[in-house]
Formats: sequence, C-alpha cells, structure tokens
Amino acid sequence: MSRSRALTAWLLLSIVLASVLTLIGLPEPLRVLRPFWLALIVIYWTIEAPEHYGIGFAFALGLLQDVLIGTMLGEHAFRLAIISFIVLRFRSRIRFFPMWQQALAVGALLLNDRIVVLLLRAIAGEFTIDWRYWLAPLVGAALWPWIFLLLDDLRSRSRQRDA
Amino acid sequence: MPVYSAEGAPLFSEGSGGSLRLLAYLAIAAALMAVDLRTGLLHQARIAASAVISPLQTIATAPLRIAKSVREATAQRTGLVLENADLRKQLLFAQAKLDRLAIVQEQNNHLRALLDARQKLGLNVQLAELIDVDLDPYRHRILINQGSMHGVFVGEAVIDAKGLIGQVLNVEQERATVILLSDPSHAVPVRVQRTGLRVIAYGSGDPMRVELPHVPFSADIKVGDLLVTSGIGGRFPPGLPVATVYKVETDNSATFAVAEARPLAGIANSSELLLVSDEALALTPLPAPEAEFVGPPEGLANDAPMEPVP
Repeated sequence: MSRSRALTAWLLLSIVLASVLTLIGLPEPLRVLRPFWLALIVIYWTIEAPEHYGIGFAFALGLLQDVLIGTMLGEHAFRLAIISFIVLRFRSRIRFFPMWQQALAVGALLLNDRIVVLLLRAIAGEFTIDWRYWLAPLVGAALWPWIFLLLDDLRSRSRQRDA
Repeated sequence: MPVYSAEGAPLFSEGSGGSLRLLAYLAIAAALMAVDLRTGLLHQARIAASAVISPLQTIATAPLRIAKSVREATAQRTGLVLENADLRKQLLFAQAKLDRLAIVQEQNNHLRALLDARQKLGLNVQLAELIDVDLDPYRHRILINQGSMHGVFVGEAVIDAKGLIGQVLNVEQERATVILLSDPSHAVPVRVQRTGLRVIAYGSGDPMRVELPHVPFSADIKVGDLLVTSGIGGRFPPGLPVATVYKVETDNSATFAVAEARPLAGIANSSELLLVSDEALALTPLPAPEAEFVGPPEGLANDAPMEPVP
C-alpha cells in the first residue's frame, strides 16, 4: 500500500518534471533539439510496470500534454499510444537489453514518432521541416541511459525505504 | 484495470487484445483531432485547464526570466550609459521623423476632407511581450502575454519595430497565440511599395523567407523592392512594412515569376511586440488603392486566403 503510494508519487513527480522540461524556455538554436520528454517517461513506466501503465495511461498523458502545450487535441495521445503499444510488444526483450541497445531502441521509437508527427501534421495542414527535425530523437536516445538510471535509482530507493 | 501485459506472454506474441486496444485509442485520438480542427475543442479545454497550465508555465519560463534579470542587474554601468546615449539618439531621430509624419498626416487629412473621404482612425497600438516561442519549432507560433482581458482579438496584426510579424490566432484570457507570417499556412496581402503591384506573400516555413508565387511575368517587381501590407481584406492595417524582395525568377511554366522576400521584422528573435489594430478598417475594408492594377484578378485578390487554414 505505502509502496505503491511512493511509486505513484515518483510517477507524478516524473510527469510534472517532464512537463516543465517540455515547457521550459530554450534559446533558439537548442529548441529543435528538445527531446520528447514525456515519451521517455512513458517508455520507462511501461517497461517497469506494464500491469499498471499501459496504452490507456499513455493516451491519458498525451491528452494532458495536448492541453498543456496547445497542440491539436489528440495528437500527443495518438503518438504516445503508439509508443506504448510498441514498448509493450517488445517489453520482454527491451528490458534485458544492455544499456546502449536500449538507447538505440528508444532512439528508434522516437524516430518512428517523428514520422508519425510528420504524417499527422501533413494530414492536418501544411507543415515543413528541415534536416534538424531528425536530431531530437538522437538527443532522446543519448539521454535515455541517464533517465533510466535516475528513475530506477529513485524507485529502488523508495522501495527500500518502505521495506 | 485489464491492461494488456507482456508478462508471461511469449516474445513477439500476436496479442490481438493489444492491437485492438491500440486501434481503439488511435481512433479516439483521430476523432478528437478531427473535432478539434473543426471546432477548436482544444481551445475550450485549455481555458478550462488554465488553472493548472499557468503555474506550470510560470515555473517553466522562470529560468529565462531570471537569466534576463540577472543580465540586467549585472550589466556594466558604462554599457548602460552607452546604450542610453544610443537610445537617446534613436529617439531623437524617431521624433524628427514623427514630426515630419505629423505634417504629412495633417496634409493627408486635409486632402481627404477635400475629397470627402471617410476619415480613418489612427492605429490602436498595444505593447505585448513574448512569453514563449512555440514549443515545436516547426509550427510558427508564439505566445504573448496579452489576452482577451487586455482587449486582444483574433486577427489583430502583430509587429515589431521593423515590420510585420504575424497575426493573433487565438486568444485566451491572459495570453494569446500569434501565427507568424513565416508559417506555411499563412498569407498576407501585400503591395509593392514602388509600383503598387498587389501580390500575396505566403509563409515558407523559414523565418527568413516569404514567397510570392504567381506574380505575372510582365509585372514590375525587382530585387530590393519593399513590400507593405495592402490592407485589402481588412485584416491588416495598410502600409505596415513586411519584407524586401531578394530574388525574382521565372517559374517552371515560364508564365509567372516567383519572387522571394526576406521579412523585415526579427521574426525569430523579437521579444517586444506591438499589437496593431485599425478598428475603422476592421469594420469596412478599404476600397482598393488606385495604383495601376497588375496583380491577380480582382476576385482572386479579395478571396485570397487571409486566415491561416485551421
């Protein structure tokens, strides 16, 4: 009971942090590099606790994100649902990948997400990109090991404290 | 909650439950997007959720604000003195220009009175500050700190000291979203100042470039020409500088010229903006300027997309 409450607290905290990082003001050249923070959070929790955090969880988070940053309502929900689905499908493998392979897998997921965004925006209206559009997934992949270790550490700590 | 779980499932299992779930969620998301595009559902959701959004936004923009105030606080005195002198000089120049403009304005009013034309009101100008550039650098939107509370309305023109930046796309209570003229779905009716040629400037997706497709081949437009808003359609007040032409070339069919122009405003880096409206104009569109007509057919020019396609 208390353990799951601590977990929920970590979950909420990670979501709030991801939201702030998404909204945080960056200088112009760095803006294109901003990784899809919420996706990283969703990937982590889907890998670690799929019985609690499945596609519905990702979808709900996506809707929140849409409202928060003012994209088309449903856009982030769509993207996160796809990510969550793929992670669930390959969870048992990804989980035991060495860290660099995990990062590669995350990079591939984020790249796929970029393609999804491109399609969605193309359907919704005109949308142009340049080559820098494809850099953000690389940043996401590079950040993954650190995020994974950080979240894992926090989680195991809260578990120990409760035990 | 019955969640599809890979626990205990073989690797690469074809869990039809998972696929169905995914399809259902994707369908809901797609439906939401379609509804949102038609009705602006999101806008209402944002208004409802602004109690949560505002504090998060405040937290997120804090580092930038702190950095700015630290920079201001630590600025060298000599630097400030220099800047002050510089500003003073600029003010003087601006004042001189204004004085001259005032005379021209008076003359203009006089002539208008003689012609019995309807008097135009002056521009309403309102200062706004940039809160954030859109989180997605590929959507040319910015957020400003003025909203419906301050009398901002949808379609109001946004300029900086040098030229047009864009127009207000939607308004919340304390902030508003501005679509930049570089957005691919944005179009501004403009006039070549030198000749009066009327054209439409489309966003290109690049903040340093707007495009003027379909300029008649015979039209008089050349590199260095200044483009100003024409005021046709009643959305933008006429005469705001927009861009300078830097390239004119023939399109593939050799029947039209295609020109490219560089926006005058610092679209990517202005942080102090002005909201400009001309209420008399908003009510009744200006009669077309009596420049020689070389632009697109009359009907076309008037029906041209004035608003971003939502």
